[in-house]
Amino acid sequence: MEYLKKYPKLFQWLFLLIVFFALCFAIDVPETYKFIRGQAEFVKDPNQSVYFFLGKEVRYYAFDVFWRLPPLLGWLPIWINDSLFFLMNEWMPMEFWNEDTQEFKTRPLLLEISRNLTAFMTFLIELIREILLGGLETIVAFTSWDFIDAYPWLELPGLPWTIVAAGAAILSYKLSGKGLALFAGLTMIYISIFGQWKPSMQTLSFILVAAPLSFIFGLGLGIAAYKSKRVEKALYPILLVMQTMPQYAVLVPALVLFGVGDHAAVIITMVVAVPPMILLTILGLRAIPPEVIEAGRMSGCTNWQLMFKVLIPTARRDILIGVNQVIMVCFSMAVISAFIGAKGLGFNLLLALNQLNIGLALEAGLCISLIAILLDKMSLAWANKQTDYFGNLTFFQRNKNVIFFAASFVIGIILAYVGTFIFKGSFNYLFEIPHNKGISTADFWNKGVDWIFDTFFVYIKAFNTWLIQDVLQPMRALYLRMPAVATLVLAVGAGYLIGGIRSALVVAALTLFIALSPWWDRALVTLYMATFGVVISCLIGFTVGTLCFQNKKSAAFMLGICDIFQTFPSFVYLIPVMMLFGITDTSVLIAVIVYATIPATRYTIEGLRSVPVGLHEAATMSGVNKFQRLTKIEFPLAFPHMMLGLNQTIVFALFMVIIGAFIGTEDLGQYILKALSDKNGAGIGLTLGICVAFIGLIFDNLIRTWVEKRKKHLGIN
Amino acid sequence: MSEIVIKCESVYKIFGQNAKKMLEESNGNVDAKTFQERGCIVGVNNASFEVAKGEMLVVMGLSGSGKSTLLRCISRLTDATGGKIFIEGQDLLELNNKELIELRRNKMGMVFQSFALLPHKTVVENIAFPLQIKGTNTEESISRAMEMVKLVGLDGRENYFPRELSGGQQQRVGIARSLAVEPDIWFLDEPFSALDPLIRKEMQDEFLRLQEKLQKTIMFITHDFDEALKLADRIAIMKDGIIEQLDTPANIVLNPATEYVRKFTEEVPREKVLIIEDVMDALSKDNLGDLKVSKDEIIENVAEKILTQEKLVGVVDSNNNIVGSIKPSKIIDTVFGGRKNGS
Repeated sequence: MEYLKKYPKLFQWLFLLIVFFALCFAIDVPETYKFIRGQAEFVKDPNQSVYFFLGKEVRYYAFDVFWRLPPLLGWLPIWINDSLFFLMNEWMPMEFWNEDTQEFKTRPLLLEISRNLTAFMTFLIELIREILLGGLETIVAFTSWDFIDAYPWLELPGLPWTIVAAGAAILSYKLSGKGLALFAGLTMIYISIFGQWKPSMQTLSFILVAAPLSFIFGLGLGIAAYKSKRVEKALYPILLVMQTMPQYAVLVPALVLFGVGDHAAVIITMVVAVPPMILLTILGLRAIPPEVIEAGRMSGCTNWQLMFKVLIPTARRDILIGVNQVIMVCFSMAVISAFIGAKGLGFNLLLALNQLNIGLALEAGLCISLIAILLDKMSLAWANKQTDYFGNLTFFQRNKNVIFFAASFVIGIILAYVGTFIFKGSFNYLFEIPHNKGISTADFWNKGVDWIFDTFFVYIKAFNTWLIQDVLQPMRALYLRMPAVATLVLAVGAGYLIGGIRSALVVAALTLFIALSPWWDRALVTLYMATFGVVISCLIGFTVGTLCFQNKKSAAFMLGICDIFQTFPSFVYLIPVMMLFGITDTSVLIAVIVYATIPATRYTIEGLRSVPVGLHEAATMSGVNKFQRLTKIEFPLAFPHMMLGLNQTIVFALFMVIIGAFIGTEDLGQYILKALSDKNGAGIGLTLGICVAFIGLIFDNLIRTWVEKRKKHLGIN
Repeated sequence: MSEIVIKCESVYKIFGQNAKKMLEESNGNVDAKTFQERGCIVGVNNASFEVAKGEMLVVMGLSGSGKSTLLRCISRLTDATGGKIFIEGQDLLELNNKELIELRRNKMGMVFQSFALLPHKTVVENIAFPLQIKGTNTEESISRAMEMVKLVGLDGRENYFPRELSGGQQQRVGIARSLAVEPDIWFLDEPFSALDPLIRKEMQDEFLRLQEKLQKTIMFITHDFDEALKLADRIAIMKDGIIEQLDTPANIVLNPATEYVRKFTEEVPREKVLIIEDVMDALSKDNLGDLKVSKDEIIENVAEKILTQEKLVGVVDSNNNIVGSIKPSKIIDTVFGGRKNGS
C-alpha cells in the first residue's frame, strides 16, 4: 500500500502491462490466420469476405474482431485513386488556347494547371542543365523546333568542366575563404576525372531548381503562418503528417498528377522539403525578443522592411537550419525520385544497387554526398557573410573575384579548344569527361567487397543466420501475435497515462486508422523493424554521446561527424550494408541503425551540454564523483532533450525501414514500392504513407507530451 | 513655459477583449479590480501630462506599474485604448501608418532595456540601421554612424558583433542607434536596468553629459528611484497604471502626495537631492550673518558651513542678489526632521 502511494504512476503502468498481456494470452490466434504475402485485394479467394462502400468493392479475410479489426477503411485507397483520376481527367473542363495548334481546346482545369507547371519546371531545370552541359531545349522554348532546324548552330554549348570547377572554387572563396575554395575545387575535379560529370551536373541542376524554390515557398508560407493564426492552424496538421510521411509515399500521387521526369521530381521534392522549412521559419520568428521588433518599428521600418531587414535576419539561426534541412531533403529526393524518372547520380546509384555493383554505387553515392556537403557549407557561409566598409580597396581588389572568374572562363575555353586538337578523334577531356570514361575505382571496391566476403564469409553468414533466426524471426512473430484489441489498449492506455484524455483520444484515432486499413499486419512488421532499429540506435547513440561528452573536443568532433552523416542522402546508407549482408533484413536493419544513431547521438550530446554550469559546480562542491554527477545530475536534466532525440530516432528509423523496401522487406514499404509501378497505385501509396506517418505521430505525440510535462516539472524553459 | 512637445490627455491602455467598449461604458472612471473581474487588465489609467522641449521626464514605477506601457502608447508601439496624445501638436492616434513611419524616422529615437540590437549586424551597421531604413545611402549612413560610435566612445569596436560586447557597451550601441537620425524626442525604457551598479553609474553620468550637449526632449523609464532623482527634471511616479504624483524631484521628496510615494522618499538622503532654494525661508533682513550661499547649491555641499553659523545665512541668486535666508537649524530639520513627522 505504501509503495502504491509513493509510486502511483509505476503501478498504473504495471496495471496497463498486465491488462495488455492478459489480452494477448486470452485471445487465441485463429487457425485460419496467416501472414498474407501477396496483395489480398487482387486475389479472388472464395474464403474472402466482401463489402461495398461508395461503390467500391473491398475484399478481405475476416477474423474475430478481437484478433484483427475488419478493414473498414479498405475503400479509402480506391476512392482516393478514383477521385484523383476524376479531378485530373474530368473535373471542370475549360477552354484553353493552344499555341501550337492555334485553336481553343477543352481540357480539365487541373490537367491544364499540371501541364503548365510541368512546362515551367522543365524549362527551369533545362536552363540550368544546358548552361552546365549544353543542349537545345532552352532555345527551343523561346523559339521552335523549326527555328533550330533552320539554324542548327544555335545551341547552348555547355561550360567546360574546368570553368565550372574554377567558378565553384572562386564562389566558395568569396563566401568563406581558402578552406572551402579548396574543398569545392577538389570536389569538382574529383567528380570530373572519375567520369561522373554529366550525372552530377544533372543532379546539380535539379537541386539548384528544387532547393531555392523550396526555400522561397517554405519561407513565404512560414511568414504567412507567423502573421496569421488562421493560416497556421490550417497548415499545422499537414505539416505534422508531412514531417513523418516517408518520402517514397509522396512519389506515387505525384506520378498521377505530373507524370514522369525531372519536373515531377522537383515538385515532389518541394512537397517534402517545404514543411520543415515552414516549421523552422515559424519557430525562428516566434523566438525573436519583442524588444527587437519594437526597435525595428521605432527605427521607422515599414512592414516589409521589418520582415526582411529585422525579423528574418534575427531569426537567421533557425532559418538556416531550415535551409540545411531543405538541402538535405533535396539530395535525399534526388536519389529517391530516380524512381519516377529523374536523371542524374540518383539514377546511376539505383541502377548500380540493382545490379549489386557496389563499386559503382559507392562512386555515385560519394559524388552526391560531396556535392551535398559543398552546397550545405556554401549556403551557411553565404548567410554568415560580412561586409567590410572601411577597407580602402583598389578597383582590382574589389573586383578580384569577378576578374579571376573571367580569366578562368577564358582559360577554360582556350583549354577546351586546345583539347580538340590534343584529343583528336577521341573524347575532349578538357571539355567534358564522359561517363565511365574517367578513372574508375569501381573494380577496386568490388574486389575489396569480394575479398571481404570471401575471407569473412563464414562469420558474416553465421552472424546473419543467428540474427535472423534467433532474434528477428521470433521478434517478428511476437509482434504479429499481438491481437489488435490488445495493441489498441496498450497504445490508448499509454496515451492516457502520459497525456490524459486528450492524448488518449489522439493516439486512439491514429491507431484506429491503421487498424482499420487493410495493412495492419504490415504495419506491425514495420513497427517491429523500427523498434529493433530504434532500441539498438538509442543504446549506441546514448552511449557514444555520453562518452564523447566527457571531453569538449570529442563532443565537438562527434557533432561534426553527425553533421556530415546527416548530409548523406538516406539511400547512400544502403551501399555498405548491401556490400556485407546482401539482400536480407539484416542489411536493412543495419542501415536503419546507422542512420537512426545520428539523432540519438546528437541529442544526447546537446542534452548533456544544456545542463547549466552552475549545477555542475554545485554538484562538484557537494563532492560527487564523475559517475554520480552523470547519473544524479546530468542524466535527469538532459533526459527530456534526449527523449526528443528518441523522437527523431524513431522518425529516421521509420524512413529507413521504408526505404529498405528497396532491398526487399515485408512491411508497408514493400507495398509502397509496388504501388509505384501500379497504375492504380496513387491511392494505395498515399494511404500507406499516411499509415507510416501515423505510426510516427503516435510516438511523436506521446514523447512530446511527456517531454513538455517533464520540462515543466524540472523548470527548464 | 517653453514649447510643449509631448502632451497626453486622459490616456488609457486596457488589455483584453471588449476593452474599448468597457472603457466607454465606465465614463472615464476606471477601476482596475472591476475590470480584472471582467477579464481586462488595466495598463495605463487616465494619464495626463505634458513634456516641454528639452525637458527630461522620468517615469518611475515598480514592475507592472504600467510605465513601459505608457511609453509604448506614446511611441505608438501599442495603440492607446482611450485618450489623446499629441506630439508637437500632431494628434498621434490620428496618424496613418505612413505618417507614423515618417514621424519615427525623423523625430523619435528609443533605447531598450535589453538593448534590442540586431544580432546579425556589427556595431556600426546597427547604428546605421535607422538611417539605411530611411533610405540614406551606404556611404553617408556609415560615416554618420561612425560619428555616433565616437560620440558614445566605442571607437575601435565598430566591427564587433553585439555578442562580442559587454552589457554596457551594447547599451552604448543602443543609445548611438537611437540618436543616429538626430531625433527630437528620445525615449529610454529602463536603459540601465540590466547593467552592473558601477557601469550603471558611469552610463548615467555619460547620459547626463550627452543630454547637456544635445538637449533632447526625453521620456525616461526606470524602476530605480535614485536614478530618477539623479536624472530627472520632473518625475512621474506610477502605481497600478495611475500616475500618483508628477513633480520635480525636490517637491516629491519634500511633499510626497500619497503614502505610496512617501515610502520611496523615506530612505532618500535629502541633503543630496535638495538644493538650498527648496528649503530656504522668505527673506528676512534681521539677524542676517556674513555668510552667503547660492540658492542652487546642493545642501550637502554647504551644510557644514551653514551649521557653524549662529545667525541667519543669506541665500543669493546667480546675480548675487539676496533672495532668501536660511536658519542653521533648518538644515538639521531637513536632514533628520522631515522623516519623523512624516511631512
